[in-house]
Amino acid sequence: MFYVALLFGKLAKFATKLRKTGGSAFPGLVAEKIYPPLLKEILAGTPVILITGTNGKTTTTKIVTELLEGFGKTVFTNSTGSNFPRGILSELLNLKNVRDFNYNFAVLELDEAWAARFVEKVQPDYSLLLNVFRDQLDRFGEINTTARYLKEVALATKKKVVSNANDKMVRSLGTVHFGFNPALSSHFPNDDELYMLSKKDQEKISSCNVRLNEINDDKVKFNIGSAKLKLSGNHNALNSAAALSIVSTVLSDEFNKKKALTILESIEPAFGRGEKVGLRNGNVQLILVKNPAGFRTALESQLSENGSVMIAINDDYADGRDVSWLWDVDVLPLKKVKMVSGTRAYDMALRLDCARVSYEYVNDNLVQALEGFLNVNGDKQIFCTYTAMLKIRSLLEKRATMKKVL
Amino acid sequence: MTKSLKVMMLYPEEMNIYGDFGNLDWLESRIEAHGLNVEEVLHVPGNPLDETADIVLGGGGQDSGQNDVKRDLLKNAIKLNKMVDDGVTMLMVCGMYQLFGHYFETVEGHRLTGIGVFDMFTKAGEKRLIGDIITDWEGYKLIGYENHSGQTHLNKDQKPFATTISGFGNNSTRKTEGARSNNAFGTYLHGPLLPKNPKFTDELIRLATTRKYGGFFPNLELDDSIATHARGVILDRFS
Repeated sequence: MFYVALLFGKLAKFATKLRKTGGSAFPGLVAEKIYPPLLKEILAGTPVILITGTNGKTTTTKIVTELLEGFGKTVFTNSTGSNFPRGILSELLNLKNVRDFNYNFAVLELDEAWAARFVEKVQPDYSLLLNVFRDQLDRFGEINTTARYLKEVALATKKKVVSNANDKMVRSLGTVHFGFNPALSSHFPNDDELYMLSKKDQEKISSCNVRLNEINDDKVKFNIGSAKLKLSGNHNALNSAAALSIVSTVLSDEFNKKKALTILESIEPAFGRGEKVGLRNGNVQLILVKNPAGFRTALESQLSENGSVMIAINDDYADGRDVSWLWDVDVLPLKKVKMVSGTRAYDMALRLDCARVSYEYVNDNLVQALEGFLNVNGDKQIFCTYTAMLKIRSLLEKRATMKKVL
Repeated sequence: MTKSLKVMMLYPEEMNIYGDFGNLDWLESRIEAHGLNVEEVLHVPGNPLDETADIVLGGGGQDSGQNDVKRDLLKNAIKLNKMVDDGVTMLMVCGMYQLFGHYFETVEGHRLTGIGVFDMFTKAGEKRLIGDIITDWEGYKLIGYENHSGQTHLNKDQKPFATTISGFGNNSTRKTEGARSNNAFGTYLHGPLLPKNPKFTDELIRLATTRKYGGFFPNLELDDSIATHARGVILDRFS
């Protein structure tokens, strides 16, 4: 059955290509239906590192993968952000060598809800729990539900769980911790602080194996040394600490601080997460935003001073159907917005109106809006939800040389 | 002297799950647009309740949030009921709507006592009721998003706020939505409710202004075209 499922999965992949429709998870769905244990059997014998949490999964997964590769390890990873089991299976079916799957590590990014289901089948050797924020409550119901999912992941993990010392929702789940110096706490409000819950979190953990101590634009200082990052945004400095923490845990004696920091300096943003695309009339930066915490951090630390800004808000399943989260974003750092688009462009415009942030155009037709926006000279930034980002990226691929991801 | 309205938000820390500040921000900017001043009061547990408020807002919370506020709410039950009887305008959304009924019963059968402004009770169901919702409120379509496990049942003399057009509303029977007693409204609609339903926002302001000053002189020049477009997105989906 193992081979039959593989064969049908590959056929489904071929069919998807012929139809030229999206559906990156479809081949995985077919293979899984035919032979449910397929994923578990392919991964058997390969140490699995599972990465989950509300924000920073894709970027952190990329950093962990590239750090391990820099230390000479071979790594399988689901780099397209298809972060649920069928998506991973689909990526496995892409490989030529899936029959004799042979890697030093599988570094897998999983959505929080799917992570809990994944660990029922495959127990990870290591897991990295980043944070818990309010996100897609239309799917998860409550933030406490998300925390419960991560607990299940921690309990199923065979060797070590690395978690965020500064997030009380995941702190106690870890045996190893990463974190930031209290002096930086205003840059990293947790969910309670974002919602004004004043009960300050008193508990302290002094034993972070990697701690972020200082941020000066792209120069960051950890307790293990300094680095100049190509990844913009305060959150990516913390994601780097998380990645260094788990990689040092996994590699143990083989880990070398200096070498790790050198590799870190060369890492480029993941697709759509601060990724810059060069066009004739200036750079365009794509910044994925999908919940209040992420949007807030992006506006605080990634908003450029003199670029033009576009915002694109969709409400497909992958974006979250409920757009009320826009009202929890402090939009005041946005002085002026050039273009508002996406299926829920008018909801975003209403939000900006209420905060008295001015905007020039609203157009819920994303193709037209992007076309117009790209004609503006100078550097540009687009803050966009997940499906809007995929669409914009596919349109940009026609204009610039970019790595195709989906 | 310029007229002013005092807007009080109940439990802004605990009962503020998703965009609830949007109702407050929007209401305040709308009151100002009608030429009145706004005074804002954030009521936190333990503080004395300001009974001179003209409009009271309450939001949704997680189950844990409801537990955190219940003692303060019960302590102020008589005052809040008296304010409703006196015609104070109120809008309670989701979690606070449930606590304005007689009780909320969890899946485990544990009862959280409410303050009985609305003659109704709520029991947690197995299935969450989630999605876009459109209701009919006196001929105007209210648009919002609902996300609740509670099944709310109105006793026979309790007036609903609106009737369900699409979505669920009070419970899985998809008939009524929310409750209204005097000038107090309870609803499951967030989204948040007020920005996308300017006509209802104006009604809250009209009720409060009329009670306080005897009349309301609306600014008829307000441009609601953006809100109309935002409403159109959801209305088109269900037409």
